[in-house]
Amino acid sequence: MPPVPESEGLTRRAVLYGGAVTAGLMIAIDFPWGAARAAPVSNPEPVATGQRFNAYIHIAPDDRITFTLPAVEMGQGVYTSQAQCIADELDVALDKVIAAHAPPDQANYGNPIFVVQATGGSTTTMAWSGPLRKAGATARAMLVAAAAARWQVDAASLTTENGVIAHAPSGRSLRYGEVANAAASLKPPTEVTLKDPSRFRLIGKPVHRIDTPDKAIGKTVYGIDVMLPGMRFATLRSSPVLGGKVAKVDQAPALAVPGVRQVVVLDDLVAVVADNSWAAMQGLNALAIDWAPGANAELDQAQLWSGLEKASQGQGAVAKKEGDALAKLKQGTVFEESYELPYLAHAPMEMTNCTVHVQGGACEVWTGTQVPGFAQTGAAKVLGIAPEKVTVNNHLIGGGFGRRLEVDGVIKAVRIAAHVDGPVKVIWSREEDIRQQLYRPLYHERLKARVEDGRITAWHHRVTGGSVMAHWLPPAFNDGIDSDAVDGAAEVPYAVGDRLVEYIRHESAVPVQFLRGVGPNGTIFAMECFIDLIANKTGTDPLAFRRRLLEKNPRALGALNLAAEKAGWGTAPPASPFGARRGRGIALMNAFGSYLAAIADVAVADQGDVRVTRLVIAADAGKIVNPNIFEAQIQGGATFGLSAVLFGKITFAGGRVEQGNFNDYRVLRIDEMPAIEVHIVPSNENSGGIGEPGTVVTQPAVANAVFAATGVQLKRMPIDRALIAKGA
Amino acid sequence: MLEFTINGEKHQADVPPDMPLLWVLRDVLGMTGTKFGCGIAQCGACTVHLDGVAVRSCQLPAGRVGDRAITTIEGVGNTPAGAKIQKAWIDLEVIQCGYCQPGQIMSAAALLASNPAPDDSDIDAAMAGNICRCGTYVRIREGIKHAARS
Repeated sequence: MPPVPESEGLTRRAVLYGGAVTAGLMIAIDFPWGAARAAPVSNPEPVATGQRFNAYIHIAPDDRITFTLPAVEMGQGVYTSQAQCIADELDVALDKVIAAHAPPDQANYGNPIFVVQATGGSTTTMAWSGPLRKAGATARAMLVAAAAARWQVDAASLTTENGVIAHAPSGRSLRYGEVANAAASLKPPTEVTLKDPSRFRLIGKPVHRIDTPDKAIGKTVYGIDVMLPGMRFATLRSSPVLGGKVAKVDQAPALAVPGVRQVVVLDDLVAVVADNSWAAMQGLNALAIDWAPGANAELDQAQLWSGLEKASQGQGAVAKKEGDALAKLKQGTVFEESYELPYLAHAPMEMTNCTVHVQGGACEVWTGTQVPGFAQTGAAKVLGIAPEKVTVNNHLIGGGFGRRLEVDGVIKAVRIAAHVDGPVKVIWSREEDIRQQLYRPLYHERLKARVEDGRITAWHHRVTGGSVMAHWLPPAFNDGIDSDAVDGAAEVPYAVGDRLVEYIRHESAVPVQFLRGVGPNGTIFAMECFIDLIANKTGTDPLAFRRRLLEKNPRALGALNLAAEKAGWGTAPPASPFGARRGRGIALMNAFGSYLAAIADVAVADQGDVRVTRLVIAADAGKIVNPNIFEAQIQGGATFGLSAVLFGKITFAGGRVEQGNFNDYRVLRIDEMPAIEVHIVPSNENSGGIGEPGTVVTQPAVANAVFAATGVQLKRMPIDRALIAKGA
Repeated sequence: MLEFTINGEKHQADVPPDMPLLWVLRDVLGMTGTKFGCGIAQCGACTVHLDGVAVRSCQLPAGRVGDRAITTIEGVGNTPAGAKIQKAWIDLEVIQCGYCQPGQIMSAAALLASNPAPDDSDIDAAMAGNICRCGTYVRIREGIKHAARS
């Protein structure tokens, strides 16, 4: 089997993100393999001596091998999967490898799909498997060439295993560290052959994660755990009303709290600096801050919903047009429905935090971020200094889910630290983290379809909502279309005839951001609920109806059929003491280059509470780097989706977020957790993403199961128990 | 000056008695394995043992610890149940981001120490106070059973 061209898997997603990004992709994929680099750009060398072969690989004379990894580890397992790709081609064992996060350096570590240096969108395996394998193979070829020169033998006669180069005819061997200096000074080969998959030792294997042993013993240092000599601790309160300002504050009550050193009052926030976090929190709570609420004092949720609905009645920018759907939808049997998705907070377990030391016209930042470059430029802008004057020390992240794609936490910390002598660790309370972040946009998904002979012959999907891309990655917002908001709608797995997909950008005062599952959380949720509605109204089995629309899509059909077979579609859902009403729901998704089908069983209590009793997921995501991590991502993504569909909502009243902690922003707990069965379709297709899909596919499966159990299809998420209480 | 026995070692800290143990551990003693997750005993990230019993250190005033022995994630591996749980967590790759896992491991170790063969309902009762956002619950359940069998 020939080596896989690493760019092959990228094309599809890059196209989704529009022309400007595709152009960037071509530039980004042209990596500077060439020169062996003396040092990384801004972070200190992880080991003092040795040789850097390229941006990703450093080999010390004592054989310590350091991988500098472009995608950040926030639980999704990419420290391990990226290391597997390099180590397999380099022929070293994972236990020999030290992993480190890349410093801000877009030229070397910019995501080939996003161009910017970002980890997200389920892109890591798609974006980096090829380049990292090539980096490993290139370094291996240089090591072998150096050994061949030393022994005066043909490089082809040498073999490598576990960091050792061997010449079988003479019985000689050399460790990589012994030839690292000579090898790194060689001109890197322009062409290298990647391993045939039959020779993989690590790629495709369920090897153990490299980050978890330290995590199990409390040794891992997350951003929030950073301790520096002379460090102060701070916490903050921003205006509870969106966009409000500090009107007046008497600092004395905070300064009277033992351990409090300083109160920092900025135009929109107050921070208390102390000897420890507890004193800082006590000091903050002692303050009676007068806020000038500003323009959003009347903002409330009903108004946000109605504004969105009204906007959705307009005409959108055309994201996809095939045939003349609007004409066809003027006659025949036509169904129409809208689905609404709420604001959601990410609520990672590690709340927003950042440690900053500003001194002498420079700034050092310690945090966990999905976007180290944004952290650097964000801090530099606050201080009016050059980005090179900002050092960003990145850390393993205690959950991202999109929250760490923004650097608002870094910027606020730097603004505070500019007034503090010495380093200061700024920790947000959970309440601040829930109330002051950027939210998954409110979405209105309007769908219309014509049905003829049990098939869909015309389809109109209009997505209305705030745009994340417009502020986060402007090149991906083109011609009025947010490529993420219509992801999952612009390309659909089903045959739906003539098709029109539109997008209407509708902003409110509420800032928006990606959340695990991103755009397809809305588009696919709506599409899958709508398909169930049509099946219901036409008296068709939801599985049979979908199969009819998938005759020309074998991968989607394969995932769907596997899930149906494993779940025992057609049998009754199991009885549950939780509730007498029972239902089974199905959903399919194709996004992120992956196909997943989910089947959920639910029990519904008389008062309307929903318990998911079983979840079966089948996945075809192409070639898999680590099956164990892959399965964990589906389990985790599904759990995140269960929290969202059952409980997740952020609402506004008087311009304030109404939720604040896990008591009122509920997330799933283990006693509410169903068994999840994951079934993988063996595949040689290009790798798809797997961080988001479980979240996307689980939500409509549960909603459809509730529909089956109660006969009520809910149009606004999360599930509203009052609407499905017995006799409601 | 308060005195504590943490993981078998004596520590002194000049802190007010109402300061929660969590902040004594993290900010005063620099033992950052124990995590801050909610501050109101809703998430369990701050779980430690007092004489082997799982408690939420974010709600435990330091002055109320008294002479009870504190065990944290840094020391729980020295107990038979803690060692079994930590090994099971690695064997089954329970951990993802890992931020909640010190608390999960402390709760699971306390459960296993008091109940050598917990069933699903025992696990639900002991672990429902520990939130995980990565969604490791399925494997936590398996991990506890795996540890119990070992």
